[in-house]
Amino acid sequence: MYECDIAVIGGGPAGLAAAIEAKKHGAGKVLLIDRDIELGGILQQCVHNGFGLHIFREELTGTEYAERFIKELKDLGIEYKLDTMVLSITQEKVISMVNKTEGIVNIRARAVILAMGCRERTRGALNIPGTRPSGIFTAGTAQRFINKEGYMVGRNVVILGSGDIGMIMARRLTLEGARVRVVAEALPYPGGLVRNVVQCLNDFDIPLLLNHTIVDIKGKDRIEGVIIAEVDENRKPIDGRARYYECDTLLLSVGLIPENELSKGIGVKLDPVTGGPVVNESMETTVKGIFACGNVVHVHDIVDYVTEESRKAGRSAALFVNEKGGEWGTPISTRPGNGIRYIVPHLIREDKVGHSVDLFMRVDKIFTDKKLVVKSGDTVIRVIKKAYMRPGEMERISIAADSLKAADNLPLTVDVE
Amino acid sequence: MAYGVIGVDWCGFILSEFLVPETSYCCIMIQQDICFQYKTLERGVAVTTAIDSNAVVEQIDKYHTAIRCYKGTNMRRIEMYDIAVIGAGISGCSIARELSKYNVRILLIEKNSDVADGTTKANSAIVHAGYDAKPGTLKARFNAPGAMMYEKLCSELDVPYKKTGSLVLAFSPEEMKTIHKLFEQGISNGVPDMEIIGKDEVHEIDANLSDEVVGALYARNAGIVSPWELAIALAENAVENGVELLLDSEVTGIEKMNGFYRLHMKDKSAEARFVINCAGLYSDKINEMVAAPSFKILPRRGQYNVFDKSLGDFVKTVVFQCPSDVGKGVLISPTVHGNIFIGPDAEDIEDRESVQTTMEGISFIWEASARSAKGLKPNAVITAFAGIRARSSTDDFVIGKSKDAKGFINVAGIESPGLSAAPAIAVYVADIVKELMGQPEVNAGFNPVRRKVIRFAELSEEDKNELIKQNPRYGRIICRCEGVTEGEIVDAIHRKVGARSLDGVKKRVRPGSGRCQGGFCGPRVMEILARELGIDIKDVVKNSPKSYILAGETKDNSLYEDVHDVGRDCNV
Amino acid sequence: MEKSIVICTICPIGCSMEVIEDRSSDSGYLVKGNSCNRGIDYAIAEVTNPTRILTSTVRLNNAGLRRLPVRTDKPVPKNLMLACMKVINSVEVDTPIEIGTVIIENILSTGANVIASRTV
Repeated sequence: MYECDIAVIGGGPAGLAAAIEAKKHGAGKVLLIDRDIELGGILQQCVHNGFGLHIFREELTGTEYAERFIKELKDLGIEYKLDTMVLSITQEKVISMVNKTEGIVNIRARAVILAMGCRERTRGALNIPGTRPSGIFTAGTAQRFINKEGYMVGRNVVILGSGDIGMIMARRLTLEGARVRVVAEALPYPGGLVRNVVQCLNDFDIPLLLNHTIVDIKGKDRIEGVIIAEVDENRKPIDGRARYYECDTLLLSVGLIPENELSKGIGVKLDPVTGGPVVNESMETTVKGIFACGNVVHVHDIVDYVTEESRKAGRSAALFVNEKGGEWGTPISTRPGNGIRYIVPHLIREDKVGHSVDLFMRVDKIFTDKKLVVKSGDTVIRVIKKAYMRPGEMERISIAADSLKAADNLPLTVDVE
Repeated sequence: MAYGVIGVDWCGFILSEFLVPETSYCCIMIQQDICFQYKTLERGVAVTTAIDSNAVVEQIDKYHTAIRCYKGTNMRRIEMYDIAVIGAGISGCSIARELSKYNVRILLIEKNSDVADGTTKANSAIVHAGYDAKPGTLKARFNAPGAMMYEKLCSELDVPYKKTGSLVLAFSPEEMKTIHKLFEQGISNGVPDMEIIGKDEVHEIDANLSDEVVGALYARNAGIVSPWELAIALAENAVENGVELLLDSEVTGIEKMNGFYRLHMKDKSAEARFVINCAGLYSDKINEMVAAPSFKILPRRGQYNVFDKSLGDFVKTVVFQCPSDVGKGVLISPTVHGNIFIGPDAEDIEDRESVQTTMEGISFIWEASARSAKGLKPNAVITAFAGIRARSSTDDFVIGKSKDAKGFINVAGIESPGLSAAPAIAVYVADIVKELMGQPEVNAGFNPVRRKVIRFAELSEEDKNELIKQNPRYGRIICRCEGVTEGEIVDAIHRKVGARSLDGVKKRVRPGSGRCQGGFCGPRVMEILARELGIDIKDVVKNSPKSYILAGETKDNSLYEDVHDVGRDCNV
Repeated sequence: MEKSIVICTICPIGCSMEVIEDRSSDSGYLVKGNSCNRGIDYAIAEVTNPTRILTSTVRLNNAGLRRLPVRTDKPVPKNLMLACMKVINSVEVDTPIEIGTVIIENILSTGANVIASRTV
């Protein structure tokens, strides 16, 4: 059987960064596998800018960001397979894949990095009532049609959900001459970044209706309109507060779901809140030698953090294949407390932390003038004042190795206080 | 051949008025722009000889050479068939395929762009054992025998079918009485392999079912099938055996002629000695084109939720509750493709096209199904759909010869258990037609077996590699969720009765049926459809001709305009 | 006195700031509602000369990809974005194209070039 040191599943920002970093840290044969016909993943359809501020200190488009990593990957001579679908991965790290030229190929890897990213939540998952006409797209699918293929998805558009891709598509469609009537958001705050509310919606006078959702879809062949209703705090439509909007297109930007079908097949433990694998400080899953990074672990707000996290996974995988990964021991677990939805990593091995470890988390609602308090048992380890926190943006807390030593192996909790 | 008529569409006269029965005709359709080219001819026909068919023939004889030479002129014979079947749902396809066993000329007519596009594509997909229907009804007569034909039929046609068995749960001693009644009914309807079982046995069969269950009727002969795949397979096999299929052809009128019927469609006509009305939700309207009203279709909608495959083993059997006045109640069932669904509710509606889901309907099926089993989570739902039952006002199937119209046969009111009964109904109806036709010869070339559908995901690794070597397209997985390859999609397009739309592909080989609902594979399937059908990708549709997906190209400077509209008030 | 509302995009807080004309101050404006000093410059720029990097695509010939992603290399005035789009829409390019290649020079005399944002 064909063998390699590290197999990276997925060639988007996570996979690219992980493969490059693994190679740089002494991994021998690294193989990256992607289902698309080119590297870069979703970045290749992100023609908008705003990428790279943390990593490169400059503002790049998604395509430019991808190109830098692709070039580095190729310069390092890392092998990759495109148009290749991974069918399954076993606990023994045998990867079964298929493509047109080689048929089914089985490869045994010494370590695997899962970097499959995420998929978009669909109309079906939301159970939006109404008919089932054409003209309903997830924002990402519309983005691909418009930016890569050059086709308009419609002329008269309503957008449900104020996720970043939805707002970015509102601007893209407007700039291409379509009319975006309204963006409806069921929550009392926008799902995406403030920057996108201003530059994608306000700049073009596109109304953002908070506390509103679609309660009916009309149209037999092609969508003809939607009914948007105001909702109460339990997201139930309020009687008499509904309005009909004629449209020929509905875009959905209602959330992303980590794509973990392969992970489930391996048997790694998943976090029910993130939908992604439970990982330790080295981005290793609960199956030894299987690492995960990027949106397959938890949905990130900006790609720079994906890159950082994936570099960590790449480094750890290289250490692992060079037998420096170390045993699991008894890790400290992290526990989301009041106001926190989840924390990544879930487990921390104190001796593997180095100088410090970053905890990534999301709050469960908007908070102003609060503190993020990290505790080990009853001992407060760190307190960070926060003027403003919102679920659309990830929070990051760095914990020094020293304070973990003092923590006495008790679970680490983070609360909003 | 005599030339019969010139149709000049903007003159407004009706083609058939000029037709002389018992003759072969050629219909020359002239479009509006062409009429301008032949003004004299148009005047001559429309004004001076409009009521004299011989004169029309004369006129046409005089001009037809010129007309035939004209580019774009479409000459078509009105074809005469032995049998026209109206409606290519499960009933129409079953009957057409059954009759293709004989040397008869059959036309299968469908108003939609694909077969299995009405009730057949949106129902519970259950092969009922047959204990539900009251003895003496047509439902009772055809259900159990139909169900027993499924194994052979689905193996001949390579259609997914699974004999899962079914449970009807009782939650009280009162309901146990109903269970006993159903058992008795089953016995008189000829249902094999039934048993009344207690709570423990119920939980042995399906551990997730409610603790409140006191007992159940267990019918081993019940099963699940993919109704649309079955109808497509039947149509394909029928066409292989000589049946002609007309899609996009709504029958708008039927004329009784001397010994045959003339069926009018939007842009064509056809003639047949016998007509079989399998028009589902519209079967009463078709009946009334030739006969006095004898039944009404009272559309009754049902809504469903489908769950992700990760919940695929939530139940292994079809789980019913005790039936009520409006139907067999809300069920929880596995599908042949490994999903779970809940539904349907039962709501009487006016509009026969009203296949929308509603908040009320979906909440109802959740509440009702929770009685059978708890533990299904809303976040595992991958889609919702609604279907409309073609219920007859007579509360039974309407099957048989029309009293008023000789040679016209109704197969109407086919609601549940219509899917289960379809194979048996087909044999029964074929017998009627054969008798009317004086026992036609057997079609010696009839082949009951459909060419197998390659399901890549189900092959061994060895077979997969062999297949990819022969055809590399089987090495390209297009739909990750369902594991569908490009090769399978291309085959689905090029088979007889092939897929012509996104939904057509989805119905046949499932890309877009999984958890991402086509988000990833949709654009790729569209590319394949465009390439294989030789059309522009912008002309690829979801299902009907008007269900376009792409609205032109980007970089179109004519699109910029400034309009403002803030919607209008309405009621939820 | 002229007043405008500006939402800050410098950080996630998204302060809603009021910008009032004020001849007595150095900048000529008074900014209220900001949480930090960075907000002041942003707010004044948004009122006096709001600009944006414009990102889009142009028609691409002879490649599998049908559109080439492009962007302006400098911000352009916000109110010229649609006008710039009409210029961008009228351009067609052929492969090969290197990332950074100037596709349209000095678009609408803004001083900004439209450049390719990927290699094809």
